Amino acid sequence: MTTTLINTAAHSAGYANKLLLPHWAEIVKIIPEAEGVSTFHLKFTDPEVQSRYHFEPGQFNMLYIPGYGEAAISMSSDLETANGLLVHTIRHIGNVTKAANRLKVGDVVGIRGPFGTSWPLDAIEGMDVVIACGGIGLPPLRGAIYQIIRNREKYGKITLLYGARTPADLMYPSEYETWQKAGFDMQVTVDRGDDTWTGRVGVVPMWFYHFRVDPHKTAILTCGPEIMMRFVIYEALARRIPSDHIYISLERNMKCGQGACGHCQQGPYFICKDGPVFPFRALENIFNVEEY
Amino acid sequence: MTDKTLTIGSTVALPKPELDLLMADLRNNGFQTVGPHLQDESIVYKEIAGLKDLPRGITTEQTPASFRMIQTGKERYFDFIPGSQSWKQFLFPPSHLLFSAVKEGKWQLKENDEPAPHYALIGVRACELAAIGIQDKVFLRDDFSDPIYRHRREGLFILAVNCLDPDATCFCASMGTGPRHTGGFDLCLTELDDVFLVEVGSELGRSLLSARNFELPLAFVQNTANQAMERAAHSMVRSMDTSDLPGLLTGNLDAERWMEIGKRCLSCANCTQVCPTCFCWNATDQVDILGKATRRERLWDSCFNPNYSYVVGGNTRPNIRSRYRQWLTHKLGTWKDQFGVLGCVGCGRCITWCPAGIDLTEEVAAIRAEVLA
Repeated sequence: MTTTLINTAAHSAGYANKLLLPHWAEIVKIIPEAEGVSTFHLKFTDPEVQSRYHFEPGQFNMLYIPGYGEAAISMSSDLETANGLLVHTIRHIGNVTKAANRLKVGDVVGIRGPFGTSWPLDAIEGMDVVIACGGIGLPPLRGAIYQIIRNREKYGKITLLYGARTPADLMYPSEYETWQKAGFDMQVTVDRGDDTWTGRVGVVPMWFYHFRVDPHKTAILTCGPEIMMRFVIYEALARRIPSDHIYISLERNMKCGQGACGHCQQGPYFICKDGPVFPFRALENIFNVEEY
Repeated sequence: MTDKTLTIGSTVALPKPELDLLMADLRNNGFQTVGPHLQDESIVYKEIAGLKDLPRGITTEQTPASFRMIQTGKERYFDFIPGSQSWKQFLFPPSHLLFSAVKEGKWQLKENDEPAPHYALIGVRACELAAIGIQDKVFLRDDFSDPIYRHRREGLFILAVNCLDPDATCFCASMGTGPRHTGGFDLCLTELDDVFLVEVGSELGRSLLSARNFELPLAFVQNTANQAMERAAHSMVRSMDTSDLPGLLTGNLDAERWMEIGKRCLSCANCTQVCPTCFCWNATDQVDILGKATRRERLWDSCFNPNYSYVVGGNTRPNIRSRYRQWLTHKLGTWKDQFGVLGCVGCGRCITWCPAGIDLTEEVAAIRAEVLA
């Protein structure tokens, strides 16, 4: 298996003459997921743009709402069942995403993308995979989950560690049964249970205390709050999983998506272009530096 | 009989009034001539028509947090060291309309199809041309070419000037960018008391100069100019030791000195605004009161602005010390990973225009001393 530190192949080369010019996409469907979170199904109004558009799980779009601006939102579509729709699960917490929450089916938003690197689904073939995510960190992995299910025989044991604040904050609960049937070991945990919750209570990295991993054949895909990822990585490294088998999706302020505007820099990287998905080895010297 | 045929690389003597005619020629050829001009008790770069608009008989005295102009009474037009503005504003405008959108039923986009201006830059110093070279690497990458920059850069005429009298904040010699030009210009001036020496750098430069009434310079004149340039290089009081960069900074992100700088830095962003290579930008919507029309604009941004590193849940660099560290480790460190060169040319603007007088050459030396201690 070969591992490249930075996946540069997935850059979007388009929009050469049109800086930040979006394509319009119409909202086809809105699915409420949890308090303050909903999933938008979008379709480009220009069929030619729609047919040209291709993405890989882990990449993101810049979603533009006229008058408000843009926000970087990960793709949460399953590549093959979305029927050409863009699927974005959005937490309505910022200026742009709150404005998105006021939109209705039939309204349009601007889309630029796809941008960034994707989950290394080829590179981790033959390995056990631990998908460790928290809160709104599951949607960026949803596309990868369905790709793994579709090619289930190519991977070893799959464990999905997912944590949310409360049972009501869990994303896509109706799909867990499908994932379990595909042989995923589903380990769902919440910070605070409710009257009906019989599952695990605690944080995602604690899972490592209870289960054994084979460090030579385990890959980690992690996405979620940075503090959660920090401890997932800490536990994984402590179990001798090599840093180039730990993949992490970073979040930074993004304005352009093309490594041009400078905002998302961390060390030598433009997170929007060189990331958001990195092998942890590429971040070893900078990830734990305070405020870097 | 003398042969007055010009080739690229030729150097001729041009009487000063001829520069006026050369600038007129540039304007007749569709160029907008922009250059240094006395305004607002400073020297700014703006549209100029000819010699009369240049800061004649003015020299400068720049030290950390201080910029002074002094009248010399000399017939010299480029005797100063530039002010806070750099040519960056012409290639990478501080604000630029990207598109507008109007809601008529559904949203309609209208691209900004205003043609890019053709600028002739009058009086580009060696450090400034090096800065343009760095921004070329930033804006004209293989995988991303900035259309606004590209169109302006492609049509650019550069009339360069060799610096003969560096100020105390200059350190271009140690950065290897000046004070003498080595290429990349259309024409390059060296100003003596009574005449300009002009070197031809491009076909267009050659063609424009051919139409002027120039002289072939005597060895003595060329010698005088060469000696003045030598003197300039050796008279620089500031320097930056780049031998251990970028590792010195990128390998010492936990140095105590960052904490100390954080106490003096005001996070005012002056250094990034005057820097001729800083390239960060933001995009914002200027929306009408009804929410039915919006203008999406690109604006200069700065890593010192609190919003710069905002993500949901807060700012990833809440403390000033980490913003300064980001600026300096980028400029003199990770810039090299990204673009193959350091992001500093030694123009000294960030030293002159820092209200706290923070001097990056001193900070780098202090970090080095701390690490070696």
